[in-house]
Amino acid sequence: MLPSLSIKPTPAVHSGRLRTLAAGFALMFASPALLAEWGINMTEGVTALSAETFSLHMLIFWICVAIGVLVYGVLIYSMIAYRKSKGAVPATFNHNTTAEIIWTVIPFLILIGMAVPSTRVLTQIYDSSDSDLDIMVTGYQWRWQYRYLADDGAEVTFFSNLATPPEQYENYEGSLAAEKGENYLLEVDEPLVIPAGKKVRFLLTSADVIHSWWVPDFSVKKDAIPGFVNESWVRVEQPGLYRGQCTELCGRLHGFMPIVVEVKEQADFDAWYAERQAAAQRISDAATQTFTMEQLMAQGQTVYNTYCMACHQANGQGLPPAFPALTGSAIATGPAADHINIVLNGKQGTAMAAFGTQLSAVDIASVITFERNALGNSVGDMVQPVDIVQAQAQ
Amino acid sequence: MATGHAEHHHGPATGFTRWLYTTNHKDIGSMYLWFSFAMFLLGGVFALVIRAELFQPGLQFVDPNFFNQMTTMHGLVMVFGAVMPAFVGLANWMIPMMIGAPDMALPRMNNWSFWILPFAFTMLASTLFMEGGAPNFGWTFYAPLSTTYAPASVTFFIFAVHIMGASSIMGSINIIATIQNLRAPGMTYMKMPLFVWTWLITAYLLIAVMPVLAGVVTMMLFDIHFGTSFFSAAGGGDPVLFQHVFWFFGHPEVYIMILPAFGVVSEIIPTFSRKKLFGYDSMVYATSSIAFLSFIVWAHHMFTTGMPLAGELFFMYATMLIAVPTGVKVFNWITTMFRGSISFETPMLFAIAFVVLFTCGGFTGLMLAIAPADFQYHDTYFVVAHFHYVLVPGAVFSIMAAAYYWLPKWTGNMYDETLGKVHFWLSFVGINVLFFPQHFLGLSGMPRRIPDYALQFADFNMISSVGAFLFGFSQLLFMFIVLKTVMGGKKATAQVWEGAEGLEWTLPSPAPYHTFSTPPTVK
Repeated sequence: MLPSLSIKPTPAVHSGRLRTLAAGFALMFASPALLAEWGINMTEGVTALSAETFSLHMLIFWICVAIGVLVYGVLIYSMIAYRKSKGAVPATFNHNTTAEIIWTVIPFLILIGMAVPSTRVLTQIYDSSDSDLDIMVTGYQWRWQYRYLADDGAEVTFFSNLATPPEQYENYEGSLAAEKGENYLLEVDEPLVIPAGKKVRFLLTSADVIHSWWVPDFSVKKDAIPGFVNESWVRVEQPGLYRGQCTELCGRLHGFMPIVVEVKEQADFDAWYAERQAAAQRISDAATQTFTMEQLMAQGQTVYNTYCMACHQANGQGLPPAFPALTGSAIATGPAADHINIVLNGKQGTAMAAFGTQLSAVDIASVITFERNALGNSVGDMVQPVDIVQAQAQ
Repeated sequence: MATGHAEHHHGPATGFTRWLYTTNHKDIGSMYLWFSFAMFLLGGVFALVIRAELFQPGLQFVDPNFFNQMTTMHGLVMVFGAVMPAFVGLANWMIPMMIGAPDMALPRMNNWSFWILPFAFTMLASTLFMEGGAPNFGWTFYAPLSTTYAPASVTFFIFAVHIMGASSIMGSINIIATIQNLRAPGMTYMKMPLFVWTWLITAYLLIAVMPVLAGVVTMMLFDIHFGTSFFSAAGGGDPVLFQHVFWFFGHPEVYIMILPAFGVVSEIIPTFSRKKLFGYDSMVYATSSIAFLSFIVWAHHMFTTGMPLAGELFFMYATMLIAVPTGVKVFNWITTMFRGSISFETPMLFAIAFVVLFTCGGFTGLMLAIAPADFQYHDTYFVVAHFHYVLVPGAVFSIMAAAYYWLPKWTGNMYDETLGKVHFWLSFVGINVLFFPQHFLGLSGMPRRIPDYALQFADFNMISSVGAFLFGFSQLLFMFIVLKTVMGGKKATAQVWEGAEGLEWTLPSPAPYHTFSTPPTVK
């Protein structure tokens, strides 16, 4: 690892996880949220609006149950009481205008009863004004990027990747076999962090296809659409870890781009944010430093595993024709300038993304060096962050 | 065909050319039905691949990309290959016999509208073997996943959809021309059997929206090959436009698949209740209202796309309104049974299950209409459960009910009642084990179209997969029963069912190759 890159704020995740676990046990013995814990019903969530949404859901549900009891009751009664085998003689009526009017008007009135609270809740959900913090959420195939929109020093922005290792979801066997963890497929390397008790507005967009950002506990689900910026917001009082997933089919790894939001008390959030700003400053400073081959290769392996491996595969063989091999490829073994160009700018009309806007100069330099000197390639040259900065300046 | 006149009196030609050249509505109806059953099995195999993969957490059998191809092909084949052609097959067989017509109004076009279908589906299925794989962007094929990011086979998919659309449009023109021109003397519109009514309305829906589908895939074709940017924001286009155009087709499409089912059930329930359908007029008006409303609710599929508040409210209210005419239909069916004299032959079992389970799908539909709650339901298994409750025990059960109901008329033989009931109960149990747990999965947070899931979803997925295999394999019994009936069995009378009313039951069983060459008079 490069010394300047030791920035991952992971310990908090574990304490948070313990907290949710403890809260889970408390709930099991204490509250009507039991069914939600067992995974049968919608969650009540942790915000005022998610609770309102839950009540609305239950209201409509019980209305449907009442209508169902009535309708199925008459149906079952008829099936029992008017069987031909019991000697039932059919009546001859086949029309009754009064009945038709009644069962047109009464459902209509019930619908109005449903529409009124629904309209009220929806109007509240749509009011995203006066936010305390704005965060840009950008969907990528297949990860989320979070960018804190504040004009106060170095910009805090990072990607949030699936943290569940392939040996769990690929069901490795033998010595590589791994037990699926408690948060299987719902864990990320870096969660989104927001302050408790504050109105946080999300501005959602996408860099490629349509994604959708959903955290059930917040009752927030909004599409991230390329070329559009959608709005949504949340105010969470209770610190903790909240999990969700992408809910719009976005390609091969749609099922593998979870969302984790960590809600911290304001003071903890401020400390975290200051730390992230300092780290961002260090990364941008690192772009002027020169690294050794070992440093670049080590960091390059990490970056490769996170950003490149899903398509180009762990051994660099790719999945042709959609995802070409890097081993022995013209780009990875040719002039470094071409290699830098394709990683920075992507390739039009293919799944190869433009990583120039996604990764730091250090990460790009590292991963290019790695690709040229591993995966069966041995070009022998090094790419330094300064090369990337220069290429970007052109 | 050149011998013309003589052939009219000597029944069908023999051999393969009978089926290739036929202009007979009964032959074409049979071909539609067999084709649709073949597609039902094919789409079912795709579904079983999905359920096998989801039996346990972790990736066991297929790559996520192939999983996406399976969900896509399952949806396309079931909607366009199984359900729609089955109803066209029923229309071909039954509409002329129900209105006292000698055949469909446009018999040569009838032949063509069937025979292009096998080519369309061969083309679609062949994409599975192409480099890059079959379409993998879901049956709703949202851009830009289906354009910029699509596999090369998307072009074949587009042309297959064009052909299916052409087939549907020709089929609907034929149905409209038949119903409006070939009714027997005395059969006024308000005397038509409800199956004919629902199909007339369905045919107009098809003519209205299939060109919209053709339009949206053509816009995709241009985006992919000819440099336009209808759906690409980078070129000044709009990915959400795709969804508006698609669902302007897609929502009426949902009713295209359910209105003829309403018609079938409205024929069967009175027969086995030995009592006239309650509220015939209101059934016709309710069907028409549903058809009208189907055009103004499309964006309820798009509540999370970030429409303005006014748009959300409009589509929420309009969608809730659909509950009114749909409720009227359910109340009418149940009042038809009330104080009837009911017997429970296989068609009636399927029809009652239709009423019960379709109503279940209707309830979840009402819940989904509530926009704030939809934010939690949208794109989860709750939606999957909802539309499968409407489509499988809805549309598919009605098709099976229709097959059992009219099979004696088509073949002249009674089906095996015991086996029919076994088939019903296996299907009924299978379907509920399959789809009911999916409500729980969706509510507790499982997104749809994912090949692997978090551990809290494991139990219900396993149960659902067991139900899927039970339901799937039960359909082989259905095939066996139908083949057995075609081969022989107890001879059916002309009346077949004690309580049946309508012109088709005045004909001998099996119905002769040509019927109503001289129109009957309806009093």
